[in-house]
Amino acid sequence: MSEYRGYNGKALEFLKQNKVKVGDTVTLTTDSDQTATIMPRYEHSDDAHIVVKFKSGYNVGLRLDTIKKISFLSNDIPIQANSNPIKQNPALPKILLLSTGGTIASRIDYRTGSVTPALTAQELNSSVPELAEIANIDAEVLFSEYSENITPEHWLKIAQKLDSLAKSDYKGILVAHGTDTMQYTAAFLSFALSGFPKPIVLVGSQRSSDRPSSDAALNLIGAAKFIVRSNMNGVFVAMHNSENDDDTACHLGTRVRKNHTSKRNAFETVGAKPAFIISQDTLIQNFPGPYYKQKDYTPKISLDSKVALIKYHPGYDPKMFEYILDQKYKAIIFEGTGLGHIGKSMYDLVKRAKQENVFLGMTSQCLDGQVNMAVYESGRDLMNFGIVPLSNMISEIALVKAMWALGTDAKNISNTMLVNVASEFTE
Amino acid sequence: MAEPQIDKIGLKVGLEIHQQLATNKKLFCRCKPLELEEYPILFSRKLRLAKSELGKYDPAALFESSKSKQIQYFANPQSSCLVEYDDEPPHKLDQDAKNTALIIASALNSNIFDESYVMRKIVIDGSNTSGFQRTMLMSQGGYIDVDGQKVGVQSICLEEDAAKLLKDSENTREYALDRLGIPLVEIALDPVDGSPAFVKKIALTLGRLLRVTRRVTRGIGSIRQDVNISVTGGGIVEVKGVQQLDQLEKIILYEAKRQHGLQLIAQKLEKIDLDSISKDQSVDVTSFFSDCKSKVVQKSIKDGFIIKALGIKNFAGMFGYEPYEAIRLGKELGQQVRFFGIGGIFHSDELPNYGIEQDNVDKLRVLLKLEKNDGFFIIAGPKDKIEFAIDAVINRIKAAKNGVPAETRAATNAGDTVFLRPRPGSSRMYPETDIPPILVDKQELEFAQKNIPKSWDETIADLQKKYGINLQLAEQVFDSEYMELFESICTKYQNPNFVASVLCSTITNLQRQGLDQTLLKPEYITRTFDLLANDKIAKESVEIIFENIMSQKIKTPDDFAQSQSSFGDAELEKFLDEIIQNNIGIVQKQGTHSVGMLMGMAMKSLRGKISGEKISKSLEAKITKILEK
Repeated sequence: MSEYRGYNGKALEFLKQNKVKVGDTVTLTTDSDQTATIMPRYEHSDDAHIVVKFKSGYNVGLRLDTIKKISFLSNDIPIQANSNPIKQNPALPKILLLSTGGTIASRIDYRTGSVTPALTAQELNSSVPELAEIANIDAEVLFSEYSENITPEHWLKIAQKLDSLAKSDYKGILVAHGTDTMQYTAAFLSFALSGFPKPIVLVGSQRSSDRPSSDAALNLIGAAKFIVRSNMNGVFVAMHNSENDDDTACHLGTRVRKNHTSKRNAFETVGAKPAFIISQDTLIQNFPGPYYKQKDYTPKISLDSKVALIKYHPGYDPKMFEYILDQKYKAIIFEGTGLGHIGKSMYDLVKRAKQENVFLGMTSQCLDGQVNMAVYESGRDLMNFGIVPLSNMISEIALVKAMWALGTDAKNISNTMLVNVASEFTE
Repeated sequence: MAEPQIDKIGLKVGLEIHQQLATNKKLFCRCKPLELEEYPILFSRKLRLAKSELGKYDPAALFESSKSKQIQYFANPQSSCLVEYDDEPPHKLDQDAKNTALIIASALNSNIFDESYVMRKIVIDGSNTSGFQRTMLMSQGGYIDVDGQKVGVQSICLEEDAAKLLKDSENTREYALDRLGIPLVEIALDPVDGSPAFVKKIALTLGRLLRVTRRVTRGIGSIRQDVNISVTGGGIVEVKGVQQLDQLEKIILYEAKRQHGLQLIAQKLEKIDLDSISKDQSVDVTSFFSDCKSKVVQKSIKDGFIIKALGIKNFAGMFGYEPYEAIRLGKELGQQVRFFGIGGIFHSDELPNYGIEQDNVDKLRVLLKLEKNDGFFIIAGPKDKIEFAIDAVINRIKAAKNGVPAETRAATNAGDTVFLRPRPGSSRMYPETDIPPILVDKQELEFAQKNIPKSWDETIADLQKKYGINLQLAEQVFDSEYMELFESICTKYQNPNFVASVLCSTITNLQRQGLDQTLLKPEYITRTFDLLANDKIAKESVEIIFENIMSQKIKTPDDFAQSQSSFGDAELEKFLDEIIQNNIGIVQKQGTHSVGMLMGMAMKSLRGKISGEKISKSLEAKITKILEK
């Protein structure tokens, strides 16, 4: 915590003049005398107040002109409760918990007053003592970013880290990750690390772990149990199966979507039951496997992010499509209507794209079901122009796959997109 | 047995009042504050302890978490949404609730903060799905005038009400979510050293100040008093859940006795070494007790419980020492373990008893290597809980040396208190990261100032004048949960005295007879007076209808009205003629004086069906006619 975190202008001057700073306990005189601790101020706030925490625990902003006197009393740096060192049990398998940030590792951020990913993987681990009964967990922070700040560069970083662990003695790897873009990361890892010999399970939470009702604990426990009990390798996403704190659903990393903004059970497998359901003592298997279509581990950790995702809708301005072509994008995934259509106003540009060797793939905004471009004339026209129907691949997954395909073997992208690598199509 | 001298022990009592606000929305979502009995939605959760803003664990929360129960929530979509299910972040603070809190703060001359932070007060007993109650400090300072004496206000907070506990069993708790999130104002007053009667007067005065705003809910459960009670040199004890003012005095007297009693116990413990008591000295005596004849012990063994005993040097007589009636350390210890689903403890001062014989006690003393002066306690419980329970007992014994521990207790209906949990500290507060700071602007302050209600006396005088009712009735109506109903009924039925007395005494009397007031929904009361206003029923019927509804004989006032409509004028004539014929001798003998007696007979059957006035007129006419002949 910086000495004057968040303070500026008059409020900052006031603190300096009175020789007090954030974290100090002070005696305050307003209409009465009391002791309070000076707290950081959020950046979007004004400079006419200082924030204090009273002994009752309440925080309030005191207007500077109401403070008659303020003087330093003490500065007791709060003793961080030592997380108990976790005992290792040699009889249990080893799991690595790799943290990349997200709500699951969040607590208050004094810059804005909202939450920020701040817990260490070790803290996360020690806050769920049940984990120690399932496996010996090593914890490591790779980076601390929210979902929306995760870029394809981060995917590469995670994939490279995991690749280095392919031959380790870990039974599997837990990746703590923000939920908003978890399915993108899961998809990239699935393609880049095809055949990876251990289960990789992405875990997140919808309620931050600084609250007693956080879903993080159950999700972590479920994911760890899955790694220990199941013998299937692949990339999975483990989150709540329902409103209840009982079962964890384990979804295929290439068939999963976040379908609700805030509920615990926001994640759903599109068009099927979750691959596994982990409850207290049982593991229900709905997905027979295998996850990877090729058995051997053949890492191809590379990508080219020059891919666009176009959601076609009534009134879509073809000029936007034209701009994308002008910007030399190498692949375009359409999220078409229904069975996989885009309107006639797009045809000329589709032809141009094909001449320029841009890969064009078709998915559906219906989310569930197969694309079928043979039923209507427009579909047949589009196929003639060279748009490749991508079966029932989810549009975001197709986007990631196209980036990966471009990065590993650009010339062969049309074939790669149609080969089932990691259960991204239902066959 | 002796009683403590209240005026000599430095008794201090501070009131903390929680009042539900009568808004049409909850504090942080748009759900209506309805109490419903049907719950189509059910889900279960577990709560775990999270660290505070300063990285500490709160003692009260730590205590609750050691009990780790599964929590089941029952919800109705009409009164709750994803916000209450903790499956969606809170929405914006309800403006109406904010205004009301500001009006109350202004009425109490309290200093309002123009920038306040919504805090999460960690409560992990399950009463909040999130594991915390959202609360914000609106103001500090101020006072209320009670019989010419100024009683200081410490703070005023605006917060969310908690879920309603439906059932609490050993491993699960059930809550209904209707009430969760309804806005509450918490007003904490300075402690006073007045008599319990004065404290009661304070509570009444403050309650009335809130009611004259006409922005708060009324009725059972809508206002709750917590009381902070201490004696000189002791910790502050917070007693929760005092719902009725009559209970308040009893509780204060009980706590005064208990707290002073604990100080007398502490004096006795002064020279005994308690620091060296340790859980490590406890001995597993499960097999030792396998032959014991005590039913309690045998049941514990059958349930697979572990039984442990712990000896304490020089402690003989200390568990059972009773400075005042029913105030013993042993009792305090028993309450500590009850929260782990453990029935209680046995201690050396009460044994042999409960089927544990002298022989068992002697052998146990040998096993524990105890001298005559030493004491011991025995505790039985499931494996996963017994260690927590022993810790709790040991900690309480050690704390006994300091007299009164600061703790939170619950008020019982009998007027005493039981241990609930340790007192929470400031570590239980964490900023609510989902809500930006709440600012109060000039317009809002001006609005609050303008809307400070009239005083209680003025309000009652106005009420008397408007409706022509006497002081007592006016106060009764205004204090009752039926104030709004009274006013709305009086717009249609112009007999305020009758309406007020039905609402304030008739219903209360029926309830005292053991009938269920909750069955008498406000809309039924309104409907009954509608029927009366339209001459569909007689005045006497009102009480009968209420009685029938409250005893489940009928459901609605219309059920009654329909059953009466068959009783027309022709039937009345016939009925009265029969009575006269059957008593013709008396009629001829007593003349017009017989009307009173026959009237009584007729009313036995006709009460509520036809107005008494009509019966009496008809009867008089008939008898006069007969006599004229």
